Amino acid sequence: MTAAPYDDPPARPALTVLGAGVMGVGITVLALGHGLPVHLVDIDRERLDRASGLIDGELRLAELMGALPAGTALGTLATGTSLKAAAGATAVVEAVTENAAIKAAVLSEVSGLVRPGTLLITNTSSIPVDELAGALERPEELVGTHFMNPPYLIGTAEVVRGARTGDAAMAAVAALLTTLRRRAVVVRDAPGFVTSRILHPMINDAARVVEEGTATAEDVDALMQGCLGHPTGPLRTADLIGIDNLVDSLTVLHERTGDDGCRPAELLLRLVSEGRLGRKSGRGFYDYG
Amino acid sequence: MTTANTPNTHDLEKELLGFLEARTGTAWDADTDLFDAGGLSSLFAMQVVVHLEQTYAIAVRGADLRLDNFRTVRRMAELVDRLRVPAAGGLNG
Repeated sequence: MTAAPYDDPPARPALTVLGAGVMGVGITVLALGHGLPVHLVDIDRERLDRASGLIDGELRLAELMGALPAGTALGTLATGTSLKAAAGATAVVEAVTENAAIKAAVLSEVSGLVRPGTLLITNTSSIPVDELAGALERPEELVGTHFMNPPYLIGTAEVVRGARTGDAAMAAVAALLTTLRRRAVVVRDAPGFVTSRILHPMINDAARVVEEGTATAEDVDALMQGCLGHPTGPLRTADLIGIDNLVDSLTVLHERTGDDGCRPAELLLRLVSEGRLGRKSGRGFYDYG
Repeated sequence: MTTANTPNTHDLEKELLGFLEARTGTAWDADTDLFDAGGLSSLFAMQVVVHLEQTYAIAVRGADLRLDNFRTVRRMAELVDRLRVPAAGGLNG
């Protein structure tokens, strides 16, 4: 393995974020709010235009909640449809659809565009990092960072070190997360790592409980909150994650672990087919009209 | 500046309590901390901010954009009253 040229890092980090979905937008807000410039890339121009409005609103939410450092000027936002923006970045955060083939294709292309030594982050919630690293020109540059939604309100991020992730990339991601004032907990690579491996089957079970008529979504959440101290309840969490993304992640987990508890519940599949994707579509287990 | 419970803010409080009850399905008191443990979410707080801005033609910016200003209906009403363009006919106080 050759040493990556991290000796002379640019003074100011500049992020390129790939994918203007829920997480791409949230990560962009986190970075802009901490003064970092962001180039947000998506193949869908309309989604980028919508993202700009969402980012303004979420920056205000972050400000409302006192989640941004005082006296820090917001970073500047650029948007575009070309991955070539990644060439100028000090770090690239991939947040495209939770599908191994799509993520691998995007990361492979980006790997050929960036300067060697550029930190590449995948925000996958379930796909093993080393599985994606195989698509890269330099697998040692890839780290998994599983931000939770909304990343600017949740102070801890799960960091995943793949079998081939290099020390330089680990140091770079630690520095970036320090700049973003997130606490990093580093874990070993595995399907779903820690958080999704535990949370996703639990949400899946919560959906099954509703499907079987044992309790309503409201009562499931009320019990998990009131008795067990879960901050929002699993089904409100499902709505916040996005039911489509949840099904994608459960599928990834099911395929890789064989755990039948990870086979997406019928109710989740039905919500997706009805377009009830959670908060982002205005309706999931709950109504957000 | 302290704001007395002027007729202005009293009407505002009534309107806001009606809005909150309609949106949350729960009746609230003007002094209840809405975002205390077990209360409403931060995402709902932002919806409240947008609602106030649109309904009362105000812009909540800078130091005013903090949760403490929205914790209770009373504080929201005070903020709206302060930021609203004074009606023609002069300023109160």
